[in-house]
Amino acid sequence: MGILEVKDVNKRFGGLQALGDVNLSVAENSCHAIIGPNGAGKSTLLNCLVGKLIPDTGSVMFDGKSVLGRKPYEINQMGISRVFQTPEIFGDLSVLENMMIPIFARRDGAFRMHAVEDTANEKEVVEQAEHMLESLNMADKRHMHSASMSRGDKRRLEIGMCLAQNPRLLLLDEPTAGMARADTNNTIDLLKQIKDERDITIAIIEHDMHVVFSLAERITVLAQGTPLVEDTPEKIKGHPKVREAYLGETA
Amino acid sequence: MLGLNKKDTSLLILVAALALLAPFILNPFPSGSAMAQFNAGYPDLMQRFVIFGIFAIGFNILFGLTGYLSFGHAAFLGVGSYAAVWMFKLLSMNVVPAIILSVITAGLFALVIGYVSLRRSGIYFSILTLAFAQMTYALAYSVLTPITGGETGLQLALDDPRVLDGAASGDNIPVPGFFGMEMRGSSQLEISDWVFTFSTGYYFSAIIMLLSFYLSIRIFRSPFGMMLRAIKSNQQRLNYTGLNARPYTLAAFVISGMYAGLAGGLMAAMDPLAGAERMFWTASGEVVLMSILGGVGTLIGPVLGAGLIKYMENILSKINSDILHGWFAFLPDGLEDIIVSMIYPFIGKGWHLTLGLMFMLVVIFLPGGLVEAGQRISRLFGRKKSDDKSDKSTSTEPAE
Repeated sequence: MGILEVKDVNKRFGGLQALGDVNLSVAENSCHAIIGPNGAGKSTLLNCLVGKLIPDTGSVMFDGKSVLGRKPYEINQMGISRVFQTPEIFGDLSVLENMMIPIFARRDGAFRMHAVEDTANEKEVVEQAEHMLESLNMADKRHMHSASMSRGDKRRLEIGMCLAQNPRLLLLDEPTAGMARADTNNTIDLLKQIKDERDITIAIIEHDMHVVFSLAERITVLAQGTPLVEDTPEKIKGHPKVREAYLGETA
Repeated sequence: MLGLNKKDTSLLILVAALALLAPFILNPFPSGSAMAQFNAGYPDLMQRFVIFGIFAIGFNILFGLTGYLSFGHAAFLGVGSYAAVWMFKLLSMNVVPAIILSVITAGLFALVIGYVSLRRSGIYFSILTLAFAQMTYALAYSVLTPITGGETGLQLALDDPRVLDGAASGDNIPVPGFFGMEMRGSSQLEISDWVFTFSTGYYFSAIIMLLSFYLSIRIFRSPFGMMLRAIKSNQQRLNYTGLNARPYTLAAFVISGMYAGLAGGLMAAMDPLAGAERMFWTASGEVVLMSILGGVGTLIGPVLGAGLIKYMENILSKINSDILHGWFAFLPDGLEDIIVSMIYPFIGKGWHLTLGLMFMLVVIFLPGGLVEAGQRISRLFGRKKSDDKSDKSTSTEPAE
């Protein structure tokens, strides 16, 4: 029984069957990659996990509890953090403030006025945020306007913001899309480091095979909305069905 | 000091100094001189400066921090005014209960309107607030005439109960006061040709404005303010960070509605009548203009914007063609007529044209409003940044 269990999930958009009978089990503290050609339904599946979309049928259980019908912020509080394809950070805020918000949210996410709260509490949050930035090697950028950073740094910050919440499951949607090689390698190193240091489950959607084979312990191949195979990276590499889905039958 | 950092403290002190010395600062020309009509140091106008300042400060908490553009904020101002006048009629002429009730009533209205409107964002939110404000206006103007006085507005009468004050003595309607100090009371100081008026009502409003300003600095600098800026910046990320934006936006909406109610209550305290026209959509639009003109999301911008608009409304609109002819009398007749006819559309009733042009120029060349103008000027002179605020006070002064 994995920490994330997807059972018989179907999703249609009009006449298009985006997901058909998807079954997926992600084991706790593993790194599971979901790959597949364009239009395979990878992002649709991810959106079903975080509450952005609701599947037509099927169930999605996280840690034994259903996530279906919950709002994105509620699912996040259950312990699922999501990294977007294009880094979603608070562009108008400084890097430090970006990091403070998930730390405020971590307590329980409940609404608090904060305006008249004691400053000792705020200091603690600032300290934790600075500590987090240090571990990301971003301490020197803490007063920078976050929108003006490079894409690689934005990605780094976004991953850090997700980690600041101590999530149990980290979902990454093509974390290296549109990145330069150096930034891609930095991101891989960061993710490896996270995997080694924390008790965390990582589910990653990726196009870049270099990233997938550097990180994943298990790989699910999705094609036309249905899982084709699920296996270890070594076996996936030479699997005929995978070659077929990616390269066409004649290859 | 007071939980503020050094820069904010100096800003607060500066605003306090400007507000308390306003009767001098706004009266730079000796009475009787040709320039005396540019003096803005009379109580009525100064009160409007600070009251609309409060209105704009509150509006800025919503619009400046969360980015939600409310187009119906005048409704809360109007509701505040009605609540205050009713308090004068029923309870006491003391302004304290009146103002407290106006803040509470406006807050409750904001809670209801905000709860519904904040289900949408962007243009739909603006339209919803506009619709609510116009409905409130229509209710006040006709349907609820027994409560609001309808077209004539709500006024005090001699036979109002005023339970705490007892029956009115004599034939005069009592005036609002603060524990015996009448709001309309004033004293004058004459120094050679200058006449400076110190009005109780103005100083009362100014002190409340300073308190509101202080509170708004605290909100801006608090984690709550940071959360509001995060909402403006990226709601998607906030949602996926486990935070529900709705309670935060609703809190900001209610707070800014309460500021508007406070402004409305003060208006009624200065002049105890309330009319539906205060809720008309143009009044809601005006506070949007004030914020943008002064600088959205800055602390002092909305106050400056409010000052500038109210100054133009009251001073520019008083200039008529006779005054213009007086100014250009030294020119040959033909030239005088030409110049007067060129300037004429921009003064008197045409002050809206000047305002519109200024607004266009600000939006195109100074998206940060007067605050940005001040920052640019101070950078031009190579002075340190914290000084810039003082430059912008000139905008509330006659600058010809």
